[in-house]
Amino acid sequence: MNVPFRHAGASQQLMIVDCDIHPAYRTPADLHPFLPARWREHMTTFGEHLRQGLSGQLAWPRMMAAGMRLDAFPEAGPPGSDLELMRRQHLDANGVEYGMLMQLSRGGMEERNLDFAAALSRAVNDWQLEKWVRPEPRLRAGIVVPQEDAAFAVSEIERRANDPAFVQILISPRASDPLGHRRYWPIYEAAQRCRRPIALHVQGYSGGHASTGSGWPTYYMQEHYATTTGMQNTVTSLVFEGVFERFPDLKVVLIEGGFTWVPSLCWRMDKHWQRMRKETPDLKRPPSEYVRDHCWFTTQPIEEPEVPAHLADVISWLGWDRVMFSTDYPHWDFDHPQQAFKFELSEEQRCKVFRDNAKALYGLT
Amino acid sequence: MKVPFAGAIDCDLHPLMPSATALLPYLDEYWRDQLVNRHIDRYSFVLTSYPPYSPLSARPDWRQASGLPAGDIDAIRRHALDPFGTRLAICNVLHGAVALFNEDMAAALCAAVNDWTAKELLDREPRLRASILLPAHNPALALREIERLAPDRRFVQVLLLAMGEMLLGRRTYWPIYAAAEKHGLAIGIHAGSTYHHAPTPSGWPAHRVEDYVAQSAAFESQLLSFLTEGVFQKFPALKLVLIESGVTWLPTLLWRTNKTWRGVRPEVPWIDRPPAELLREHVRLTLQPLDVPRGDPQRFARVLDHVGSDRMLLFSTDYPHWHFDGEDVLPDGLTDDTLRRFMIDNPLETYPRLRDGTVADHAVLRDNASASQEHVR
Amino acid sequence: MSRQVVARASEVVPGTSKIVTVKGRDIGIFNIDGSYFALANRCPHAGGPLCSGRIVPLAMSDGPGHYRLARHQEFLRCPWHGWEFDIRTGQSWCDPHSTWARQFAVTIESGAELVKGPYVAETFAVSVEEDYLVIELTG
Repeated sequence: MNVPFRHAGASQQLMIVDCDIHPAYRTPADLHPFLPARWREHMTTFGEHLRQGLSGQLAWPRMMAAGMRLDAFPEAGPPGSDLELMRRQHLDANGVEYGMLMQLSRGGMEERNLDFAAALSRAVNDWQLEKWVRPEPRLRAGIVVPQEDAAFAVSEIERRANDPAFVQILISPRASDPLGHRRYWPIYEAAQRCRRPIALHVQGYSGGHASTGSGWPTYYMQEHYATTTGMQNTVTSLVFEGVFERFPDLKVVLIEGGFTWVPSLCWRMDKHWQRMRKETPDLKRPPSEYVRDHCWFTTQPIEEPEVPAHLADVISWLGWDRVMFSTDYPHWDFDHPQQAFKFELSEEQRCKVFRDNAKALYGLT
Repeated sequence: MKVPFAGAIDCDLHPLMPSATALLPYLDEYWRDQLVNRHIDRYSFVLTSYPPYSPLSARPDWRQASGLPAGDIDAIRRHALDPFGTRLAICNVLHGAVALFNEDMAAALCAAVNDWTAKELLDREPRLRASILLPAHNPALALREIERLAPDRRFVQVLLLAMGEMLLGRRTYWPIYAAAEKHGLAIGIHAGSTYHHAPTPSGWPAHRVEDYVAQSAAFESQLLSFLTEGVFQKFPALKLVLIESGVTWLPTLLWRTNKTWRGVRPEVPWIDRPPAELLREHVRLTLQPLDVPRGDPQRFARVLDHVGSDRMLLFSTDYPHWHFDGEDVLPDGLTDDTLRRFMIDNPLETYPRLRDGTVADHAVLRDNASASQEHVR
Repeated sequence: MSRQVVARASEVVPGTSKIVTVKGRDIGIFNIDGSYFALANRCPHAGGPLCSGRIVPLAMSDGPGHYRLARHQEFLRCPWHGWEFDIRTGQSWCDPHSTWARQFAVTIESGAELVKGPYVAETFAVSVEEDYLVIELTG
């Protein structure tokens, strides 16, 4: 039986916070005005230097239209590149009060040349401000920084720290080392100091390792799933390396990596931590408590169990205050705010997931 | 809780590995010569995944006086078989030969381990069965080993590691699956890594506990590989057993693969049924380590609801790894019917060779199970 | 039940579609080899604009590594998540028994039998011999 559409009622006129929107460049040259001449020329001559075999495309071609909603193409440029269309099709149409920008490409997170990475990072952050946040007050930016250059990352974070347009700090969860590694700790210190969460959005670009512990997937269907296992590994690293013990005010948002695995991972970490405690004496509490206190998860792509109520079980184990709605507009596996949940949420749950959790985390009023 | 009736089939038991010296009689003269003269026989071939003195590797009361994990034939009987009323147990000898890059040496040592297992374990204890350790990174040599040992029906499974050279669904490995399907052998994937890749997409975790936790993600990746490569279409009788994998991560994978498949189906058009259906039919998981929170029996029952099948779990102790204390091997809150399914029916259904000569015994097993509640102390 | 003229038959040639609005509902009309079908322009999965998706063949396989196309121009791929729907039946290919797009009956009527409607005035002006597509709505 088709899951019946839930018709818009008064409670569904809730203005929402969308924790994952992808702006795009109309062309790569969009960044040029924000790059110094030396790096403009470098970009044209040498381009990005990434850890993959193909230039300008991914080795697991996406489905649909390069991974985009077919109806999200503006007249010119790729989906996400046209603010007018984004407003009409998404921000206005779906009652988005605040939208969190996730610019994942050409921000230096995956760039092998660290000087170029720094230039890209500054440029992308300026671009977000000028092209998106200033013209559209509903949008908020993330400070995109190259995690492999912690010193530069800290300087860029500090440069932006006083601008409320930036609500979080974006680094790649597919880094060259697990994110709990202490060479990334200056970034967490800066994040804690300037009171911004670390935002970990799943990445298509490799940081130098295969996307599974047994090598590279063959199909996109596998690579898509590998984002969730990668996030599990990332949470495990942050916990066991003691990042949350060392930075008690640090907050981390895991974006587009799924969330239904969280309770299971926490049970698993707790069980094995109990047995192996002597290995990690700096951990004062069970892993699940660190996750509970420091981690938030966005909803898209939401799971669709055969029995929709099973999803409610998992969220109740995870905590209704820990999940934040996201659409991933304009990607193909976009979640529509009115259709994403196939079971009835209480008013309180709806307000938390679609608005209040994000407002509290990001300090939005 | 303790096992409430006798007759369980333990689907993951780790005998003490043979020393390299003990393997010498099972090698031909070239390999004997190599091992001795290159001092290779002074190494213990322990996998990085299981450091012997680590708490996970053995319970305190399942260790030798030296502190090394126990697991000779007497210890197996005393620790693992008798206390649980176990009728049959499948031995998984995790010998580190599989991590060698030299394919021929790996194959020779795997063959020696398998022959040692037959002689020193299977011949001596009728309750034991075993997995065929394979040098997976050379599928032709692995195939040769399967064909060599298939006539010995006490071998019920082939053994692969969760993190190896390549994802196991790849077509390169298909000769192994063809042979296993032909001979009625299950494909056993056991936790552990050859570390020929970093264990995570962002490299090498600092701690052993992280690597162990990461095993469940490795199993998920392997399931996606078997599923998307069409192994279940090519080999419809194959059963995949995930050994020492954890369990509660499974619903997420069933839900997500169904969802993604609906959108990406044309990429893998040989998948002609919802992935969750295929996985419920072809995949089994051993019980230990059971990753449920303590003190909430309803939680595990609810997870089983999410899994949507009572056919997938197989009883195991994972002796001598330390996942429970005393004889508290089973989760609380399950009915005897469900337990009987995990302990007896599912293993028999999964491992056809266990049914050899046990058709009558199966009926006896079930009668004994319902009649003698007081058998197990 | 009401019947509503929505388009000229000639506007929807084989292998194409047209989205029309009937009583406030968007409906896609499809022509497969001269037969017409109509589906609600709302994907039952998550409400996406189903009928603006591509008309596609079905990718099929005789086994891993083998690919072929069948049922050319008979399937609709939702522009959002890519679910495949059989245009003739509205059924989701992956989930035929529990997911389907809302269907509407389509007939071709000759000009003389038209009901009054917003399109009628225009076609009357052109020719009463033209064939028109008529949608039946229940309720």
